Amino acid sequence: MLAPARIASRAAAQWQALLFEERVAAGLFLAMVLLPVGAQVLGGYLLFVGERAVILAIAALSLELLIGVGGLISFGHAAFLGIGAYAAGILASHGYGTLILALPAAVLGCALFALLTGSIAVRTRGVYFIMITLAFGQMAFFVATSLAPYGGDDGLTWPTRTLIFGTHVLKSETVFYYVALACLGGVYVLMGRLVASRFGRALRGLTDNQRRMEAIGFAPYPYRLAAYVMAGAACGLAGFLLGNQVEFVSPAYMHWQRSGELILMVLLGGSGTRYGPIVGAMTYLLLEETLARLTEHWKVILGPLLVVLVLFGRGGIAGIIERWRLGELSLARLWVASAATARIQGGRLLRGLRWTKAMAARALGRAIPRLKASAADFSTRWRRCNMTVGEAVVSLVLVVDRSISGAIARWRRR
Amino acid sequence: MSTSLVLVQLFNGLQFGVLLFLVAAGLTLVFGVMDFINLAHGVQYMLGAYLAVAFYHLTGSFFAAAALALPASLLFGLVLEVVVLRHLYARDHLSQVLATFGLILSLNQGVKIVWGAAPLNMGMPELLSGSVPLMEGLRYPVYRFAILGVGLVVAGGLYLFVNHTRVGMLVRAGASNAAMISALGVDIKRLFAIVFGFGAMLAGLAGVMVAPILSVEPGMGDQVLILAFVVIVIGGIGSIRGACVAALLVGVIDTLGRSFITDALRLVLPPSPARVIGPAVASMGIYLLMAAVLALRPSGLFPAKGRA
Repeated sequence: MLAPARIASRAAAQWQALLFEERVAAGLFLAMVLLPVGAQVLGGYLLFVGERAVILAIAALSLELLIGVGGLISFGHAAFLGIGAYAAGILASHGYGTLILALPAAVLGCALFALLTGSIAVRTRGVYFIMITLAFGQMAFFVATSLAPYGGDDGLTWPTRTLIFGTHVLKSETVFYYVALACLGGVYVLMGRLVASRFGRALRGLTDNQRRMEAIGFAPYPYRLAAYVMAGAACGLAGFLLGNQVEFVSPAYMHWQRSGELILMVLLGGSGTRYGPIVGAMTYLLLEETLARLTEHWKVILGPLLVVLVLFGRGGIAGIIERWRLGELSLARLWVASAATARIQGGRLLRGLRWTKAMAARALGRAIPRLKASAADFSTRWRRCNMTVGEAVVSLVLVVDRSISGAIARWRRR
Repeated sequence: MSTSLVLVQLFNGLQFGVLLFLVAAGLTLVFGVMDFINLAHGVQYMLGAYLAVAFYHLTGSFFAAAALALPASLLFGLVLEVVVLRHLYARDHLSQVLATFGLILSLNQGVKIVWGAAPLNMGMPELLSGSVPLMEGLRYPVYRFAILGVGLVVAGGLYLFVNHTRVGMLVRAGASNAAMISALGVDIKRLFAIVFGFGAMLAGLAGVMVAPILSVEPGMGDQVLILAFVVIVIGGIGSIRGACVAALLVGVIDTLGRSFITDALRLVLPPSPARVIGPAVASMGIYLLMAAVLALRPSGLFPAKGRA
């Protein structure tokens, strides 16, 4: 009877019950669900960018598990993108490009690589961890470039997108987009569960205070290794999708700058929040698209932007939103702060102006009476001489002539 | 494989190792003293090479180019330190990595704008362009010997500088406890700037020296940067001695691996898989070495004293 109204009120009640983070995430997902509609109007390119954004958001989310929760800054995360794409691509090139084989190959391949490299890398912390993951990422990169049967440096073109139960369902861009979006949603929910679980809490605890956690019986190594493997596997899913999107994979997927970009996405969006990495991946892609349209040298703009972001923007976009929400950054406050700044700076400016004026007046105050006096002096003398302007000029010429000839005569006498 | 080939490759490896040492020394000093990860260090190497090429075309002489490029790269390092990096010392490693990553992006692109994306070349100095006989039927270029010589001289000089001068003493003290020497009244800002500029100049020197034998192109620093990271991780972060040993080790293993692993694999495998696996294993070699070292000694071969 009153079903729609009841559903609406129930939805409103549930909305009320959501945390702020979840509301932002829900809004984001709603926007992403509606994106293909917008792409119908604005052109298919938007859908292509959207696909990339969704896929990279999965990768960024997986990296956030390491950076934000585990305190492990992996600088080799792009290797998993590449391994996932290569695993599926190599299978596809041999004619086994079906979902049942390709997806597990991509995810498990990444998990295996993560287990092997992680078992060494996770023993270390801090800078050593950054550099070791960087080195392992490079190792994967070089192995890919030397894979001569699978294209080597040039990369491997897939014969087709992955088949789902023998059908070419993924051929449609809209279907592919929604599949990728569903994967993102799945990873998002799983990550949320994981972080809230005992495992996630222990992992976070080890980041916050390792000594205390060890004292109450948590060994860091297995937790961190498990997180590393899970992040790798999730990023393998992203790699699988990324390869599928362009039906191509090359060593460039694993380039260390790609790893840097992934870190950047996480930090741009804001590490430590659940929706941050997604926002970061999208903002990064938007930035890249807009800047690349402006100039071919867009990295010259992006680089300083990054430096500024690091120096001034703490907590990334999510941090800004959070400060806004907590009222630290409300318009009123901004107004008050800027008014105060304006008052201080304006006061400085006024004082400066006043000082300049005073100094000028002092200088002029000395100069003007003298000028006046000498002008008066001149005019009285002038009147006393009782000369016309013509006579004055003639006498001036005479004076000059006399002084020059005098000088010449003196010079001759020497 | 003949003895002479092995000998040539050994020399090539040592020469590569010496270059790596020049880059890694600055990196490890900067990290050791200021606890600062400078990804932009590879850019200094690239700029050294570019400046050498630019001055070479300006003056027409290699030695003049080298003499001008070194102070120029020192100056650039100091400017970079004062403008950007100085503000990052107190931040966490993540911020440092990200900010210097941004610097790499913009400086690589900047070099592309100024000098173009195409690789540049510069001539070898007349004086060093010949080759000397090593053994019968085996000649080795003088220039590569010169690189080896310069590198060893710099390494020796660095050893004396760090261990037997006042600034070197401050550097060592800074590496073990920067806060303490600051409290003892040392102007830590100036010390940091000196160390950073010096490291930048060493990387620039490496760039100047490779300019005649490699093609000078944007992004040439990135490759070296990662190898230098491998070197300082193997050698122990903050340790010059470790960097020296590890650089030579990495240089030799990498060069020998690339030349001989494919042939060695052919002894045990049929030729076609050997041709595929060989290069892959060769390029993995140094990373495997690093993994092995870290598995046995998590803080490197020669951990700097006083660091946890």
